[in-house]
Amino acid sequence: MLAHLPILQVIVPLMAAPLCLFLTRSRLVWLFALIASGAAFLISVLLLQQVMASGTIIYELGGWDAPWGIEYRIDQLNALLLLIISAVSTVVLFAAHTSIKEEIPADRHRLFYILYLLSLAGMLGIVATADAFNVFVFLEISSLSAYALIALGKDRRALWASYQYLIMGTIGATFILIGIGLMYQMTGTLNMYDLSQRLPEVDNSRTVFVAFTFVIVGVCLKLALFPLHLWLPNAYAYAPSIVTAFFAATATKVAVYLLIRFTFSIFGLSFSFTALPLQMLFVVLGLLGIFVASFAAIYQTNAKHLFAYSSIAQIGYMIVGFSVSTTTGLMATLLHLFNHALMKSALFLALAAVVYRIGSVQMNQFHGLGRQMPLTMAAIVIGGLSLIGVPLTVGFVSKWYLVLATIENGWWPVTVLILLGSLLAIVYVWRIVEAAYFKPAIVGRENIKEAPMSFLVPIWTLVIANIYFGIDTRLSVQVAQSAAQSLFGVNP
Amino acid sequence: MILGLYNYWIVVVLMMVGFYIVIAHGNLIKKIVGLTIFQTSVFIFYISMAKVDGGTAPILAEGITQYSNPLPHVLILTAIVVGIATTALGLALAVRIKEAYGSIEEEEIQTKDNLDC
Amino acid sequence: MAVAFAIVRMKDLFAVIMLSGIYGLLSASFFVAMDAVDVAFTEASVGAGISTLLMLVAITMTGRTENPSRHKPLLALAVVFVTGSLLIYGTLDMPYFGLATDPVHQHVAPRYINDSMQEVGVPNIVTSVLASYRGFDTFGEVVVIFTAGMGVLALLSVVRKPKDMAEIDLINKSMHEEHLILRIVAKIMIPFILLFALYVQFHGDFGPGGGFQAGVIFAAAIILYSMLFGMSTARKVINQSYIQLFAAIGVLLYGSVGVISLLNGKNFLDYNALSADPVAGQHLGILLVELGVGFTVTSVMVIIFFNFAGRRNDQQNKENNDL
Repeated sequence: MLAHLPILQVIVPLMAAPLCLFLTRSRLVWLFALIASGAAFLISVLLLQQVMASGTIIYELGGWDAPWGIEYRIDQLNALLLLIISAVSTVVLFAAHTSIKEEIPADRHRLFYILYLLSLAGMLGIVATADAFNVFVFLEISSLSAYALIALGKDRRALWASYQYLIMGTIGATFILIGIGLMYQMTGTLNMYDLSQRLPEVDNSRTVFVAFTFVIVGVCLKLALFPLHLWLPNAYAYAPSIVTAFFAATATKVAVYLLIRFTFSIFGLSFSFTALPLQMLFVVLGLLGIFVASFAAIYQTNAKHLFAYSSIAQIGYMIVGFSVSTTTGLMATLLHLFNHALMKSALFLALAAVVYRIGSVQMNQFHGLGRQMPLTMAAIVIGGLSLIGVPLTVGFVSKWYLVLATIENGWWPVTVLILLGSLLAIVYVWRIVEAAYFKPAIVGRENIKEAPMSFLVPIWTLVIANIYFGIDTRLSVQVAQSAAQSLFGVNP
Repeated sequence: MILGLYNYWIVVVLMMVGFYIVIAHGNLIKKIVGLTIFQTSVFIFYISMAKVDGGTAPILAEGITQYSNPLPHVLILTAIVVGIATTALGLALAVRIKEAYGSIEEEEIQTKDNLDC
Repeated sequence: MAVAFAIVRMKDLFAVIMLSGIYGLLSASFFVAMDAVDVAFTEASVGAGISTLLMLVAITMTGRTENPSRHKPLLALAVVFVTGSLLIYGTLDMPYFGLATDPVHQHVAPRYINDSMQEVGVPNIVTSVLASYRGFDTFGEVVVIFTAGMGVLALLSVVRKPKDMAEIDLINKSMHEEHLILRIVAKIMIPFILLFALYVQFHGDFGPGGGFQAGVIFAAAIILYSMLFGMSTARKVINQSYIQLFAAIGVLLYGSVGVISLLNGKNFLDYNALSADPVAGQHLGILLVELGVGFTVTSVMVIIFFNFAGRRNDQQNKENNDL
């Protein structure tokens, strides 16, 4: 079985989804989904161990060798992402049963778990594959289930947010399809490794340039890079809280993965950064994303909107790290991928707990919660500190490497701007802290209790992980460094 | 050169018409129609790529030596199915939005949302 | 192209949808001209058939006309112009249309054309690539359809009280006179449509056809039946929860073929592992896998239609009760 781990990673959640239709009791379906997700997590841990020890794993589907068949290639980069996605999924699922009781009608619960597992399998499939068209197919699996999950939100704005996401997401996916078609037309192959061998022969042609542009734009739509981020705030704010907790930590990370994979492994480093002025473009757009989004976050009245804009800002940081295009820069991006997943899933899970207890995430409803829900609020505070980049939290580690990368490159203005961005984060995190701790409790709400264990366990697991990886950085840094070095090594 | 490429240019025009409908029109159903046209035009592009002059459909038969390329056909079969899946979900959303907002015009929905906030 | 421009200008959505159906049919004929017969078949049934049907059902609920837009679409035109120019710029270096020496025909395709008969043993090369060489993509595609079905269920399903037989008889009698001719013709045609669907399913190895096309045709027969005989009758014939299970079974069947390959020691979806003789294994694998596709496509198409129609019935009932 060990040899088949790469495909089991995707197949287990993928086949668990239709199996859910055979179960009727909502609690059973939840347990079944949790087990499936947990199994996916275990597999990802084993895969990461195997890759760190012996290098890239190749798996041929259907027994046909590539490029005539589809193959899976697991290297350090995907193994890291597989781990992040399956870990977040399992932890979030733990709280799902309780959370959706209040937010989704009972007759939809089973469908929720099915769509959740399909989304998980879709994302795992995007990351694991080495075939460009296979990416498109699994991208659509994860996107379609995402549109449906977001639309399950209580507020009618969830429907509108989902529709907008559907339109923008499908345009992005169609752009990627056009790009893949153009690449295929010039090289005759769809396999990523094969493409990287054949594209250099034709890469001064205009067709390949256009292919690259379309792929990049399509991926940036999914990434929510400024100014293509318009779908994200509403989608995160109005989806069921548990859905936001899952997607905030995974969906955009997968898009960042695709960006890295297409530029480094397929088109090649030298082409990608000379064909388009990508460095300049991404640094500017990344910084704009950080500032525009952080400013927007400060003025929000809805806590979910606040953290959604914060996510757009964090993606800006990742893109800046990518634009530095050195090993340290890429390391910073990968570290921030990992850290942001930990931070945001904890934050949105805590918000889910708040919704469960008081039914709202308007900031003016947070008054007094510091005393009434101490553990939940403490988690939000630590998450906020991590967003700012305070030492001892995981957010500090990625900011550190990001600053290091920009200094190494001699980009002093960028360094200053990154630090300024952190100051803005202090402002919007303070707004929550102030509302929860420094305002008198709302009258008539004395009997709000702390969140139930089904929330506290996953939230604090993530928070403790946040602090642990902030102090003992060996594991995450080692993996990120290994991944970055191998990506640079493949295409000098 | 034009003769060799005119096929692709027509496809580009079709794609852009579909794309324009999606972004410029406010009616939700019309947007979905535009999306379908956009996607179908991309399919036409892929299939044009596959044609070989003097070839036939890629079904092995006696006496035929020249076949058109089967790989894009396979890809487009998948893409058509993906397209209908997206259309179905989009239409379902439009129906729900009409029930919830009473309208499927983008401007009217935005106005109602702004009033809510 | 004229069709596309007309769609831009028209405000009556019913006409727009009909035009998009025509666009689909025109594309299908184009595909035939380009030797893409399987694709043409699928585009005609799916793109021109089901797509048009669903859109029509949708506008019965959302309204038939489009409001004229008040603002000038300058930004949209600019974006479209830039994108279009970029694409045309990209075509300037493209290999010319139709040449056998194009890169697309060089590297991967020749093996499919030359070796698939020995390796897979099926004359329709598109089927052998779809179901065997790139079988995992097709598995993903089945899952996409399944996801759409689940999504539509999540969005549109309505909890329904079962109507008793007396009520249904009443509805049937009232419809009987109105649609007598249609009903009689349908009763004659539906068995043939179902038979044709079965033919397409199993003949996909030798001619154009296969699981998707067959599934859609099968679903079309069921939809025809429910349109003419009423949704309540149709629901008695086709039980809602069973059809959902049927959709799941299709996906699981496809996946299980892959798992059996795993258990026999080979990679996922390696059909050579299914039988002592590899080519026989390929045949068996393709047969089972296409069957799985057919099951899921039929069920999901029926689920989607029933839920759209059911939602409409629900809306109408609510309106009738309010009056």
